[in-house]
Amino acid sequence: MSMPFGYASPEQIMRDRAEYARKGIARGRSVVVMQYADGILFVAPNPSKALHKISEIYDRIGFAAVGRYNEFESLRLAGIRYADINGYTYNRSDVTGRGLANLYAQQLGMIFTESIKSLEVEIVVAEVGEEPERDQIYRLTFDGSVFDEQGMAVIGGQAEAVSGRLKERYSEGLPLAQALDAALFALTEPGGERPAPGQLEVAVLDRNREHRKFLRLAGPRLQRLLDEIVAPPAEPAPAPAPETAPPIGPEGEIDTGSGE
Amino acid sequence: MNNLFMNTGSSSFTEFLGAHAPDLLPIRAQALAAPVGDQIPHATTIVAATCAGGVVMAGDRRATSGNIISQRDIEKVFRADDYSCMGIAGTASTGIELARLYRVELEHYEKMEGRSLSTEGKANRLATMIRGNLAMAMQGLVVVPLFAAYDPDRDGGRIFGYDVGGGPYEQRLYHSIGSGSIFARGSLKKLYRENATPEDTVLTCLQALYDAADDDSATGGPDVTRKIWPVVAVITADGFRRLSDEEIAEYVQGMLDARMTDPDGPTAPLR
Repeated sequence: MSMPFGYASPEQIMRDRAEYARKGIARGRSVVVMQYADGILFVAPNPSKALHKISEIYDRIGFAAVGRYNEFESLRLAGIRYADINGYTYNRSDVTGRGLANLYAQQLGMIFTESIKSLEVEIVVAEVGEEPERDQIYRLTFDGSVFDEQGMAVIGGQAEAVSGRLKERYSEGLPLAQALDAALFALTEPGGERPAPGQLEVAVLDRNREHRKFLRLAGPRLQRLLDEIVAPPAEPAPAPAPETAPPIGPEGEIDTGSGE
Repeated sequence: MNNLFMNTGSSSFTEFLGAHAPDLLPIRAQALAAPVGDQIPHATTIVAATCAGGVVMAGDRRATSGNIISQRDIEKVFRADDYSCMGIAGTASTGIELARLYRVELEHYEKMEGRSLSTEGKANRLATMIRGNLAMAMQGLVVVPLFAAYDPDRDGGRIFGYDVGGGPYEQRLYHSIGSGSIFARGSLKKLYRENATPEDTVLTCLQALYDAADDDSATGGPDVTRKIWPVVAVITADGFRRLSDEEIAEYVQGMLDARMTDPDGPTAPLR
């Protein structure tokens, strides 16, 4: 029996769909989600102030996504509905990141197998616990696979390269400024310039906050954090060679901030 | 849960709940066989007063079923979101459920839309919920809230009152609800000072609750032996803050010491 015209094997269809989704996701910029001393940090280069890639789902749960905005926005809204209705039906502590990750996995998996086009999104569901050991970071891909990440996750763009750079700087229990520094280092291509504060979307799930742990860091608060990075007390500035240094300030000792 | 993804409806959690799981709404359509008024615990007096840069709300801790004190330490002042709170008077169970729903309602909108509701928007939303309970109110399950919020647009506190049919009625300066509200309002009228510090306004509210408890059997005074103090919340630009028991104990102790010599409390100047 000859194959009918236009036949494509299921393997081929799945491969094509996956290829299509991967290309779409890789086009954007990466998003970094990582643990720091007091919780979980989200960093995304995002010039828009209104179209968020990072958002709050529930008291302890945050959401980050890359890919097509309309697609991950509908996932985000559905997640909020799921969380709010469960928290209202039972108790606020009964809403878990794991439950939400499973819900997303089902939906993503179903769309991947049943629709012509899979969702071109990759998302992270992160939940902050009472102690760092109970923090959870789940990464979900377009086909509904769930990855329980340890300490950090990178989605979208050149995820592998960014993830490699992040591993260089990452360690457990970094203070917030250092964690942000590591994330920005990872998000910047070697030799490239770091994104300006106005081009950054930064948020934390801070376990020390009351009620709702999610907090966006923007404006002066973000600027203060970035300033902490720019003036680190660690390395003393190298003494400039007198003959080549341009006149940049008054005579006298340069205050390196090291207190010497 | 699939329709979660298909439903692109409004940002109102209550509307979503009505469509998705109507049995979870505190408002029920069916009528009761007989009024149940006296058999269900009732929450009593709540006072609220604006202060410099914010608003203070306080509630006593008593719940009564007819002539029985059904609970000595019930909480009737609830945080709604970072800048608002509500107190409930009337049927305790319905009121608590309503407060829980209202909190989710405000938060749900905020997360969906990426912005908070305006203060008027919050007050209107509460009115709709109260109106939905009108049928049950007629059967004796009356619940009336008092809503107080810090309004960032005005940099000051605002207070909204309601009746069983809804509302809202914006109140100037101070307001009280519940069985002891008449006495509390009389007290507030004499002791309230406009633009007083939050600390002074907390004391004013505690004095008003004491006066209400003095004359209304359903309002509980501070319970010194069991260390049960009124719930007091202060909302300013810094957000909602519920005073700790230790802080309130200090206010109450000062007030009680003064009342030992002057049982009717401070007097307002005659001229």
